[in-house]
Amino acid sequence: MKKSLAGNAAFIAIGVSLGLIPLSGYEEGIIVLLCINCIAAMGVSLLTGFTGIFTLGHAAYMALGAYTAAIMTVRYGIHWFPAIVAGGFVAAAIAWLIGMPTLRLTGDYYAIASIGLGEAIRLILENWQSFTRGARGFPGIDSYTTRWVAVLFFTALGTGMFNLINSRLGRELKASRDDRIAASLMGFNTPSSRMKALLISAFYCGISGALLGGYMNFIQPSMFDMMKSTELTAVVVFGGLGSMSGTLLGSAIITSAMEYFRDISQYRMLIYGLMLVTIMVVRPEGVLGNREIWSFLPGLTPDRKGRDQE
Amino acid sequence: MSETPKDAGNTRVLLELDDVDMFFGGVQAVRNMSFTIMEGELAGIIGPNGAGKTTIFNVITSVYSPSSGSIWFREQDITLLRAYQVNRLGIARTFQNLRLFGRLSVLENVMTATQNRYRYSFRESLRGYLSPCYRPDPKFYYGFVESLLHLGRWSGTERQIRTLSMELLDRVGLADRANQAAGTLPYGMQRRLEIARALALDPKLLLLDEPAAGMNPEEVRALNDLITGIHREFRLTTLVIEHHMDLIMEICPHIVCMNFGAKIAEGSPEEIQNDPGVLSAYLGVEEAAG
Repeated sequence: MKKSLAGNAAFIAIGVSLGLIPLSGYEEGIIVLLCINCIAAMGVSLLTGFTGIFTLGHAAYMALGAYTAAIMTVRYGIHWFPAIVAGGFVAAAIAWLIGMPTLRLTGDYYAIASIGLGEAIRLILENWQSFTRGARGFPGIDSYTTRWVAVLFFTALGTGMFNLINSRLGRELKASRDDRIAASLMGFNTPSSRMKALLISAFYCGISGALLGGYMNFIQPSMFDMMKSTELTAVVVFGGLGSMSGTLLGSAIITSAMEYFRDISQYRMLIYGLMLVTIMVVRPEGVLGNREIWSFLPGLTPDRKGRDQE
Repeated sequence: MSETPKDAGNTRVLLELDDVDMFFGGVQAVRNMSFTIMEGELAGIIGPNGAGKTTIFNVITSVYSPSSGSIWFREQDITLLRAYQVNRLGIARTFQNLRLFGRLSVLENVMTATQNRYRYSFRESLRGYLSPCYRPDPKFYYGFVESLLHLGRWSGTERQIRTLSMELLDRVGLADRANQAAGTLPYGMQRRLEIARALALDPKLLLLDEPAAGMNPEEVRALNDLITGIHREFRLTTLVIEHHMDLIMEICPHIVCMNFGAKIAEGSPEEIQNDPGVLSAYLGVEEAAG
């Protein structure tokens, strides 16, 4: 086996085992939810952790994906697979329209703009009664997101994401994150790199939203409010900015903790907050910092000392 | 400038500044600046702190666009191009206050630059996808699908980039630090890494902004050798900014001297050293102080 394909093989192995382990219906639901959350978190991680653009509005792209897939399958009877993919593309297309004017902003300014735009998209979905059925929600979506579908999308998108950040585009994004002026003087068209990151992250969030619709059978705009956006960014920060495996780990930890405390659901947000505060105090760079998980394994990578200082 | 007449026939003008002015609000940082750099030259710009040297570099590389005047590179007007376009024409630079990609490893820093030697062509990629036997031109980069799947040209191109980058790190003596985060290197090494990163772009003109700042005399001597070595080895036109007179005087046969944004003298080291304007603006002050 070629070394360059070892990552692919590892990821596919994870996918196959996630798909094959015998589980009860409840546990299966958690796996599906985990896959959905991880897909969205990977998208946000590319933008926030690898390109350095903080966003607090990515739930809106999930909403776009969810509504696109729901309307296509329910109203027009299109097969779920093209509908999910179309959900991703619609989210990316809207992200392009939004990114054109707003990506000129940097740092906190973009974060604030993203809150506003995210809320605007949610409000449009809520008030466009004739098309989206508004705040009452959109019922009757087929449950097309079975465990296999969720795991399949997670494996495919995860492999793609890990490969992407480990190639030309990944270095381009990381360079423009660390120093935008130096990156543009290395020949990178930094506005276009930022746009690429936004499009890919919106695509991932759109797919994730479309899968969520198929899992819940019902979507409504309030599922994709600012709370959800904040959660996506919080998961990325929790796992470590600039670490894709950290994002997956953070997403897994937070999703399973939320499930574990389902019995005392009135305290869930308290526990969630406590987890975030703990990680901020104990390990402010996130669970994995900006290293990938395999760099912690001895012998696999040469000396990476000092990489986690910051 | 004793050698100018004999090779004037076969050298071309590489860079030309024509009457460039740069204002920041009411402050004039650069005034009526004109000079030319011939192909293959090792030239220097000197001047006291705040004379506008770095501003000149920023104007050449389009970080700022000049308030008036024009800049020509290889007979092309680059005044209004964007920074990355100027860079792609073949102007690479280092920075006075170090702008490395701090969280990337030393090797990745160089690879980030090396990868821009390759160009991307949609047609080449498409042909690569459609026919398995088609061997695309190695000048071209792998496409998006290949980077998603790590198939096709991905491993070959990545290996080439890695090898080229390691060679450059070897040249500046940082090969044993390749996997360390760039931000954790000692200061002098960060400067050399910047030079390696600029060289990785395979430029036609290299701009070095105060490469000796913050270095001790020994490091400066090593840097001297590095700059002259690179100039000879890669036949690279180099323009160095420095306010250490000794470094420039030693290595640059062609010197431009600035003060308060304006050129006050230009010529060989001897001419500069004997220029009364330079003496009063620069050396004179130092002598009086010492």
